[in-house]
Amino acid sequence: MKSAGITRWTKAALAMATALFATAAWANPEAWQMTMPEGVTQSSHEVYNLFLISFWVCVGIGIVVYGVMVIAMIRFRKSKGAVAEKWSHNAKLETIWTIIPVLILAGLAWPASGVLTKMADTTDSAMTIKVTGYQWLWRYDYIDYMGKQVDKVGFVSRLAKSSNLARQLDSSHSPWDVKSKSGYHTYLLNVDKPLVLPVGVKIRFLITGGDVIHSWWVPDLGWKMDAIPGIVNAAWTEIKKPGIYRGQCAELCGKDHSAMPIVVKAVPKAQFNRWLAAHESDATLDKVSRTAKAPDGKAKTAGHQG
Amino acid sequence: MAHAATIDHHEDHGAPKGFVRRWLMSTNHKDIGTMYLIFSCTMFFIGGTFAMLIRGELFEPGLQLMQPVFFNELTTMHGLIMIFGAIMPAFVGLGNWMIPMMVGAGDMALPRMNNWSFWLLPVAFIVLLSTFLLPSGAPAGGWTMYPPLTLQMGDTVAFLIFFVHIAGISSIMGAINIIATILNMRAPGMDLLKMPIFVWSWLITAFLLLAVLPVLAGAVTMLLTDKYFGTSFFNAAGGGDPVMYQHIFWFFGHPEVYIMILPAFGIVSEIVPTFSRKPLFGYKAMVYALACIAFLSFMVWAHHMFTVGLPVGAELFFMYATMLIAVPTGVKIFNWVATMWRGSLSFETPMLFALAFVVLFTLGGFSGIMLALVPADFQYQDTYFVVAHFHYVLVTGSAFAIMAAVYYWLPKWSGNMYSERMGKIHFWISVISVNVLYFPQHFLGLAGMPRRIPDYNVAFADFNMISSIGGFVFGAAQLLLVYNVIHCVYFARKRATERVWEGAHGLEWTVPSPAPHHTFAMPPVIEDSQLAHGDTTH
Repeated sequence: MKSAGITRWTKAALAMATALFATAAWANPEAWQMTMPEGVTQSSHEVYNLFLISFWVCVGIGIVVYGVMVIAMIRFRKSKGAVAEKWSHNAKLETIWTIIPVLILAGLAWPASGVLTKMADTTDSAMTIKVTGYQWLWRYDYIDYMGKQVDKVGFVSRLAKSSNLARQLDSSHSPWDVKSKSGYHTYLLNVDKPLVLPVGVKIRFLITGGDVIHSWWVPDLGWKMDAIPGIVNAAWTEIKKPGIYRGQCAELCGKDHSAMPIVVKAVPKAQFNRWLAAHESDATLDKVSRTAKAPDGKAKTAGHQG
Repeated sequence: MAHAATIDHHEDHGAPKGFVRRWLMSTNHKDIGTMYLIFSCTMFFIGGTFAMLIRGELFEPGLQLMQPVFFNELTTMHGLIMIFGAIMPAFVGLGNWMIPMMVGAGDMALPRMNNWSFWLLPVAFIVLLSTFLLPSGAPAGGWTMYPPLTLQMGDTVAFLIFFVHIAGISSIMGAINIIATILNMRAPGMDLLKMPIFVWSWLITAFLLLAVLPVLAGAVTMLLTDKYFGTSFFNAAGGGDPVMYQHIFWFFGHPEVYIMILPAFGIVSEIVPTFSRKPLFGYKAMVYALACIAFLSFMVWAHHMFTVGLPVGAELFFMYATMLIAVPTGVKIFNWVATMWRGSLSFETPMLFALAFVVLFTLGGFSGIMLALVPADFQYQDTYFVVAHFHYVLVTGSAFAIMAAVYYWLPKWSGNMYSERMGKIHFWISVISVNVLYFPQHFLGLAGMPRRIPDYNVAFADFNMISSIGGFVFGAAQLLLVYNVIHCVYFARKRATERVWEGAHGLEWTVPSPAPHHTFAMPPVIEDSQLAHGDTTH
């Protein structure tokens, strides 16, 4: 861990220098990452652009305000013999710095409203996934795909064993040793069964909670949505690029809030069709055992079966 | 001078003798103000200790110090204690001390109620802190107490709700007292639009408190009946709605945010002109901006809930309303900068803290504008980006303003000058470490680290370690504040003058230092040149 630490720190300087201004997107969180991932959907690109625009607008205002402050602090020091003037208002100036911010804010609100309206529109989706948050795992049910009802494909997705071992208090397993096959550090970001989704399909998510409020968040998709018991929220995505996208529960949900990650495995359409077909036939064979498999062994409310 | 007569008559009856009569039974605004400030400082260190434990656990990935449940107890209690125990009582303490002296009143309008509002606070916090000893542990559902999670907590919930009620009654009575004092006890000639900005900021804050604390009391009472009396206000299985709690809570919670920042605006608006030796720029605009922010604060609550699945129309409305708040807030920032322009600046400790406030509160405002954009908030919500944002406005905002106020008025309270050198050391260590602490948290949030987690992916390790180091230094540096105050009160040899600061204006600087136990038993004659904002032409 020590030597790994040193290499990490040496890499850091390079990463830091590029991170702030880099336009490259990370698929998953990386050490020294300083900015939002650009993501893999149209919406996530637009959200990323909003982030960049608002960031640079703030930098611009900051340069002006802090610049004037610094000049004042240098030029008008008593120790340098500055004598205070007596004026205390200026109607013209005050009007100007009321109106200019209004214009800047309107300039920010305009694109944001457009992106929001698009992100809220779940119509014309070709697929529906139901997501249910439980303490402390996610359940995914495939409801329909390309206009056809999916025949009982659903499963729970919980923290992978390797992470679970390493996350215990005084564990002998190091979080640094939890890695994917490609060598990516997946501690607390890996699951036993990922949510498999096709690329290039508009997917509608119906999101709800089974016990307390959770929040379903994959940064690369560009949004999070709360999973609330008694309420079904809708959201959508259309993933452009195959890959593995990791996220976490984002609403405090109790003891293991940090241990219910989300992993989306986006695959080409043909591959997804095969995957779905295989699971549909499994489901018909295995109907009884599937319905009996309640997560966590707890009694479930009616909402769970859906 | 008017005050001369006041003091001649009243030096003879000073503070009552004996601990119980002087403090437990106190009706004196200065003594009660002192007790509020000591209480606030105590809570600041208790809440701060929790923060140190939190940063200790987050120092490295993996769990080293505690189980996740205890971590959740710490984050919940840290929030409750810092908000209700440290920040709010500090402002009430400052208001108690300064408002009567600033408006030329003999004391607060309702001195006995003043005593009661203070002494309810230790009771409330004993109730809250005692939950650590309960079998069910301290509350661990976050300071926002969202159901259904909070209702899973066991009997600690009853203690939590009782705490909110007692602390709420205390704050409501404090607010009533401040409104009564400001509206009824001003010396003749102290017109509303001649009052110091600090008094204005407190008048508006007090109305916010009156308006929203009963709402919080209502929300938690519904939690109580849901838990113990079988109601289903927030229980979906019984026809209730967990989101309704969030609407009610944030209808309190957003004005609460301004309750914690408006008095800070007031303090900075006193300090910047004093050390710029120039009148406050745009006094009236400053008052209207305060009122405008307070008004808007009732219409933006749902920006804390952009991801609960609101209809698009609601999200658009709350986005626009939230962005609108940036306008009056901007006016305040521009006016502070304009106050400095062509002034004659000196940089004593209160000014340093006030300038750090302007810079760093503005930084928190920038992330606030970024958070207001709903689609982007879908990414930021519930991440460390939000944690960074509200700690910039609450620590480098509210807490820095409180520290500025303590250094600014301490010579008036104690009659001694604090050590400028030690004050500056405290300032520079604090301002550097606080940025090491909070700035990297922006990056963590953007990279995808959720808030309220005791453990995280190793990608977040480096910035968390930096943040924790900053946190430990910042926490330790606050011991210097205690040292500086104790040293000033008991050991400093340099006596303070009446005026204390060359550029100070306002009635509080016309009474001796230390301020006698009773001031303005006879209303002072207001001379316009003495007005705090130092300008009478508007």
